[in-house]
Amino acid sequence: MAMVGDAISHAVLPGIVIAFLVTGSRESVPMLIGAGTLGLLTTFLIEFFHRYARVQSDAAIGVTFTWLFAIGIILLSVFAGQVDLDQDCVLYGEIAYVPLDIWLTDSGYNFGPRTIWTLSVVALLITAFIFVGYKELFLTAFDPGYAAAIGLSTTAWYYALMGAVSLTTVASFESVGAILVVAFLVAPPATAYLLTDDFRQMLLLSVGLGILASVAGYYLAVWLDGSIAGAIATVTGLEFMLALFFSPSRGLLLRRKQVQPVQL
Amino acid sequence: MILHVENPVVEVHDLTVSYDRKPVLWGVDLTLPAGSLVGVIGPNGAGKSTLIKAVMDLLSAGSGYVRIFGKPIEEVRNRISYVPQRESVDWDFPASVFDVVLMGRYGKLGLFSRPRKADKDAAMEALEKVNMQAFAKRQISQLSGGQQQRVFLARALAQNADIYFMDEPFAGVDIATETAIIELLRTMREQGKTVVVVHHDLQSAAEYFDWVVLLNMRLVASGPTEKVLTQELLEHTYGGRLTVLTKVGDLLRKQQFPAREKK
Ligand SMILES: Nc1ncnc2c1ncn2[C@@H]1O[C@H](COP(=O)(O)OP(=O)(O)O)[C@@H](O)[C@H]1O
Ligand SMILES: [Mg+2]
Repeated sequence: MAMVGDAISHAVLPGIVIAFLVTGSRESVPMLIGAGTLGLLTTFLIEFFHRYARVQSDAAIGVTFTWLFAIGIILLSVFAGQVDLDQDCVLYGEIAYVPLDIWLTDSGYNFGPRTIWTLSVVALLITAFIFVGYKELFLTAFDPGYAAAIGLSTTAWYYALMGAVSLTTVASFESVGAILVVAFLVAPPATAYLLTDDFRQMLLLSVGLGILASVAGYYLAVWLDGSIAGAIATVTGLEFMLALFFSPSRGLLLRRKQVQPVQL
Repeated sequence: MILHVENPVVEVHDLTVSYDRKPVLWGVDLTLPAGSLVGVIGPNGAGKSTLIKAVMDLLSAGSGYVRIFGKPIEEVRNRISYVPQRESVDWDFPASVFDVVLMGRYGKLGLFSRPRKADKDAAMEALEKVNMQAFAKRQISQLSGGQQQRVFLARALAQNADIYFMDEPFAGVDIATETAIIELLRTMREQGKTVVVVHHDLQSAAEYFDWVVLLNMRLVASGPTEKVLTQELLEHTYGGRLTVLTKVGDLLRKQQFPAREKK
């Protein structure tokens, strides 16, 4: 699952470049459409390679995204002269520029940074999706065989989830870059998994850890005068290391004595 | 020897299933009687799990069709329950015992709706039936194999279905649990439910089941236990595996199994 997010965040690159070449602007909507299309194409390709070509799923993921990412890089370097989009920006993003991209209406009203609006809408959509499909997502993630047996469409839920991952990735990508997207997709949930055994708590805790990492990372970057995205990614890693060693239930150092299952 | 029944609960007609165009089940044709405890028996890789999955339409069959209660499966899904092989899921998943048992109610709930009190009561009742009520809040990662199996069973019970398909519910459970489970299955049979169990212990099969299906890629036999569990048919099912056959021979002799005399 984490790998799929990683794959999508890389594989959307050609979509962004193509959208860019077609429209010639950095408007978010065409970029989102281009990237969203590639995001979904990625999930389909991975499923296709895995299911029909019988390639192992990690191999299918690896092949799909390296290939699409390579196409993106080639497009980028070939057309680099014509477009105002550079590799560093795509990979690392530049969160510091977010406040500079202001949404101004024709009448001149200032709504503040544009990405705040796009990302808020995406956040609302994703939250709504989780609320509506909580049971189904929980069940299909744990036991797809049983889910199918009681009549849930595991394929439909899989694509819905992957669609949500694509949407999130693509929307965040523009402002924070691929590396931070991957860091956020993987590290906070992995950390939360070490800290709790409850699925709901795990979801909430991931969000909290993500926010904490953003704030702490920002001040770390200011203090070090370094890259904000890099500092935030570092903090997510730090959170994970701390949980790995000190988690009360699963930590390597403080693991509480395993409750011995009682035989009945 | 393939015996058929009138008004079967399950009717499998000429079913062939392949993985990657390699058939693992060939032309299976059987009927199962209502209100019975059915054992599906065969060596490893015989296609027992595949048969169950194909009957439930979790795998697409190459040819043939299945009717349950005389209807295509899509029309009767809410009357059917399934206990997958225990190893088929990740038990480190962050969920409690109660969370998992409550999943048994999901089929009846639509999108948007959350489990209500009635669903929670049903889940708790199911846990009581498998004697796991004390573990409701326990994390599933902290269960023993036998307890995991009982959680899966409770989830199926919470569904309150009319027919149950169970894939190796006795694998890796201790004898006390096995006895408790078989008692439970017998109670369900008394209530008119049909329970189809994949099983691979020949010793207990004769004692547990009313009806036995012997499988080894093809259907070897399907019929009442005493007609099917014979030396000849078991030999046929297990091929020339001498160790197994000697054991079976010993077993049949020791138990003075009636089928042997009939030969
Ligand atoms: N997903 C799969 N892909 C390819 N082959 C499979 C798959 N599942 C099972 N098989 C093969 O099908 C045969 C029957 O498997 P299965 O139904 O699991 O047997 P059993 O449950 O009787 O041990 C085996 O030879 C197994 O290797
Ligand atoms: Mg099996």
